[in-house]
Amino acid sequence: MNSYDLSALLIVILPALSFLVLGLFGNRLSNRVSGLIGCASLVTTAILAIYVAAGYFFDFGLVGGVHEKHIALQFQWLKFTENLSIDLGIVLDPISVMMLLVITIVSSMVHIYSLGYMKGEEYFERYYAYLSLFSFSMLGLVIAVNIFQMYIFWELVGVSSFLLIGFYFTKPSAIAAAKKAFIVTRFADLGFLIGILMLSYNTKSLDFFTIIERLTQVGSPYLANFTATSFMGMSALSWALLLVFMGGAGKSAMFPLHIWLPDAMEGPTPVSALIHAATMVVAGVFLVARLFPVFAISAPDALLIIAYIGAFTALFAALIACTQTDIKRVLAYSTISQIAYMMFGLGVAGWGAENSEGFTGSMFHLFTHAFFKALLFLGAGAVIHAVHSNEMKDMGGLRKSLPITHITFLIACLAIAGVPGLSGFFSKEAILAAAFHSHPTIFYVGLFTSGLTAYYMFRLYFRIFWHNPVPEHSHNHEGHTWAMNIPLIILAVGAALAGWIPFGSFVSADGKAMELPFHLTFSIAPVAFGLIGIGIAYLLYAKKNDVPDKIASSINAFYKASYNKFYIDEIYLFITKKVLFNLVGRPAAWFDRTVVNGLFINGSAEATVATSRAIKPMQSGRLQSYTMFFLGGVLLLAALLIIKFM
Amino acid sequence: MDILSLLLVFPVITALGILVAKKDKVVRWTALSGSIVQLFLAIGITAYYVSLRNAGETGQMLLESSYEWFAPLQIYFSAAVDGISLVMILMTAMVVVAGILVSWKIGKQVKEFFFLILLLSLSAYGFFISTNLFVMFFFLELAVIPKYLLIGVWGSGRKDYSAMKLALMLMFGSALVFIGILGLFYFTGAQTWDFQEIAKMHIPIETQRILYILLFTGFGVFTAMFPFHTWAPDGHSSAPTAASMFLAGISMKLGGYGCLRVATYLLPDAAQELSWIFIITASIAIIYGAFATMMQKDLKYMNAYSSVSHCGFVILGIAMLTKAAVTGAVMQMVSHGIMTALFFASIGMIYDRAHTRQADELGGMLKQMPFIGSAFIISGLCSLGLPGFSGFVSEMTVFVGSWERTGVFYRVATILACASIVVTAVYILRAVGFAIWGTVTNKEYLKFKDATWSERSAAVLLTLGILIIGLAPFLFIHLIDADTTSIVSRFIAVVGK
Repeated sequence: MNSYDLSALLIVILPALSFLVLGLFGNRLSNRVSGLIGCASLVTTAILAIYVAAGYFFDFGLVGGVHEKHIALQFQWLKFTENLSIDLGIVLDPISVMMLLVITIVSSMVHIYSLGYMKGEEYFERYYAYLSLFSFSMLGLVIAVNIFQMYIFWELVGVSSFLLIGFYFTKPSAIAAAKKAFIVTRFADLGFLIGILMLSYNTKSLDFFTIIERLTQVGSPYLANFTATSFMGMSALSWALLLVFMGGAGKSAMFPLHIWLPDAMEGPTPVSALIHAATMVVAGVFLVARLFPVFAISAPDALLIIAYIGAFTALFAALIACTQTDIKRVLAYSTISQIAYMMFGLGVAGWGAENSEGFTGSMFHLFTHAFFKALLFLGAGAVIHAVHSNEMKDMGGLRKSLPITHITFLIACLAIAGVPGLSGFFSKEAILAAAFHSHPTIFYVGLFTSGLTAYYMFRLYFRIFWHNPVPEHSHNHEGHTWAMNIPLIILAVGAALAGWIPFGSFVSADGKAMELPFHLTFSIAPVAFGLIGIGIAYLLYAKKNDVPDKIASSINAFYKASYNKFYIDEIYLFITKKVLFNLVGRPAAWFDRTVVNGLFINGSAEATVATSRAIKPMQSGRLQSYTMFFLGGVLLLAALLIIKFM
Repeated sequence: MDILSLLLVFPVITALGILVAKKDKVVRWTALSGSIVQLFLAIGITAYYVSLRNAGETGQMLLESSYEWFAPLQIYFSAAVDGISLVMILMTAMVVVAGILVSWKIGKQVKEFFFLILLLSLSAYGFFISTNLFVMFFFLELAVIPKYLLIGVWGSGRKDYSAMKLALMLMFGSALVFIGILGLFYFTGAQTWDFQEIAKMHIPIETQRILYILLFTGFGVFTAMFPFHTWAPDGHSSAPTAASMFLAGISMKLGGYGCLRVATYLLPDAAQELSWIFIITASIAIIYGAFATMMQKDLKYMNAYSSVSHCGFVILGIAMLTKAAVTGAVMQMVSHGIMTALFFASIGMIYDRAHTRQADELGGMLKQMPFIGSAFIISGLCSLGLPGFSGFVSEMTVFVGSWERTGVFYRVATILACASIVVTAVYILRAVGFAIWGTVTNKEYLKFKDATWSERSAAVLLTLGILIIGLAPFLFIHLIDADTTSIVSRFIAVVGK
């Protein structure tokens, strides 16, 4: 085991250790020590991740100019059958190494930030234990060598998200949000599980790379068998992949499984930054990227569906984001919309060097988005920390009292709006260019959405930092410490500059370096849309005026629908409460008590009692009646004998 | 004296010690130390068994011994173990120790209580090590009586009704089992009760069909198989904590073990032909049990219904007849045994303090009693199949094994079973949300103290069990691999692979 492999192993193990220590002995440690343990382990993993990434991209991963996958560790954990087993291991390839970087960097920033943000909170050590658990699970997910290994960590990620959303476990809304997040994603995971069962049954393997090999090679008997049966015009393989994607759609909050994410904002804000913006919610994108060769080569129909779901979700979520007034919810819908960008980026990509720029663009956007979205959330956290409210109406004019937050937030807004030079511009451009080449419809949806994105982000920015100050908050100053400011600054540097990385030479679908095409003429439209969005936001929200309200009332129906998130939650509530509880659960419980238990079990008991009652009089104890029975019996026998022998 | 008989000798000595003890304190400590010795004995026997296997022993069952009991009827007390019986024994020993620990505060008729608990454990050990069907049946019957008394005397609520119902339904099950083993004795022509001997016989398919249905249903009653499950919710809810733990943790597994080792193993042809019947009942139990659980407000009813659902996986795995599915069924038996014991233990701890088990009357337990609240959450997470805990590996093994069977019927059954994981999440999280999270609703609850040392030890022990299987399933698989292989080798013809 060389030093890179060992470092890769340590990256996963350190957060697990810190979880164990904090989980078991946390209540005996002081808050300071618990926080330091959590931060130290995550900062160490971030350094190790940079070391491994440098090694992978420039040294041991580069074989003949191509980034080959490298298995750092693999062992059998649970054997199901001769062919099928869950192996745990570590694979280093462009996307997993890139994810290691993203997760460890954002996670360590969030760990440090939380030192300030969560200071004085009850259960401080438990918070750090959960954060470490999450980091461990997320790291285990991206380095998975085996589809079941991914499923294992997938579930662990889900539960740590559940625990963190429900961190304020005495608050009813937090309890409800945690339950909702877990159950919605669990439902999606059911699809993932059945997809895994189908894939493993048909490829006789659970190993990612064996599955990919067996389902992409021309003339592979596994592929032929799998695609032989079809249902509703799609092959069994496409269905299996779509089921797997269902799991991804749940975690990545794609329509119509997105409903849990906005509610998940009940968790502490740094948690939203880490889990519900930068890392866990991109797990679905990562899953599709991991199986990308199979999608692109053998099931383009499934990939197309993903592209359409992505494009629709991007637009849909952006529309909702325009009317929300809780700043964390705006960011949540923005997250959904941006992840949907990544999703349709993958969806429009194809196999082969010239078609796969959507893949690289999508991964690039994942990378840059992690920086600016985490930054936006941490900035929002700082704002909330200062004004003690999530609502826009309690904010305004904060640029003077929160200078660092203001500047970093502005950088992030410019980045997400796709202003040239900042990170979001490059990655969004790559996705839009890919869409333009293969699916123009999706491109136009994406283009329009990018305008909306710029609008709602700057609506947020102007509303918080410009606008008219709210009197009671005009004297708030940046009370928070270096612990909160340093992560903001580091992430702002990332959000500004990450776009200049020649991403295509590191991450591509087939490991070969590629140049992301960049055309100045092409960029005009997206940039113009972005600037128009910013301009409208400036006119409406830089100063207090009554235009926004007038506009809202003039498009009242639409405004209300958007404000109420297009009533998706109500539809779900109807299905779960009315249908599942009242039409399935209640009758099942009733049937069990009344029919199975009442009629069948108690009924047979009562029948026994009734029978015994009925025949009890025969045991009367009266000699006369016994003699009567005796005589009757003799006569009956005699009669039978006579009939028989006559 | 051979080593397996020690498994029965220790509980007998402990039980006798309890009878002669004068003080309640001595009774408790005797019971605890006896059961701990038993746990170490079980671990020791397992280690010895593994060392024998590693040394190259290839016999199907090892550590055989046999004593004459009633020779004219071929009744011998014969004992032997393989990996499957060993894991069941280990699980039993763990649950017994934990059960005794959580009953530490029992105030009424202490001596009798612990005596019955020991008797119950004795019958479970006897059942798992017997290779003579008659003796096995004897122990199965022996396990029913203590349950009746434990519920009837120490129970709560409608305890008379529940105790009677449980005893009668289980007796009904064992009547079916008895007819079944009599059939095996007479109609196989072997005139032996030894199941290793019977396994070698060729039994005509007509006979097999009848006996399979009788035996599987009979043992199924013990596993709370649909539609013979209704003793479970009432029995559990009325039983004292330790008895619930034993009922769900151990007794239900006697049934599963019997379904596998007697009904399925001895009658392979009928199993291939007729196991679809039990796939149907198991699928119904899994999904319908889960939906019924969702509507329960009483935590014990909830866990009892959830046990019906979870034990459905055991039946499903056995009836699917593939190696992975059978392995999963065995894992699920052990996993559910430990997990549900932990669940009942934590519910009992809450009930002892709050005197209510209604989820909506509780609330804020985690804040008031962090340890008990955490124990509840851990057992809940195990129940909903979280990786890292035992429930995940056993359920997934059943799913993968079931998927090996092709055909729409098997696929639908498997998908239904998979779908239950979502419903499970719903009811577990509802219970956690209502009872454990939230704020304390009743001022009385603010006086509650967290777990005592004995409650803590019980929870830690059971959690360790869940974690060992959940984190290192390869150890478990290693122990039972050869045995499940030899069981399913009898079905190879039909199932394929």
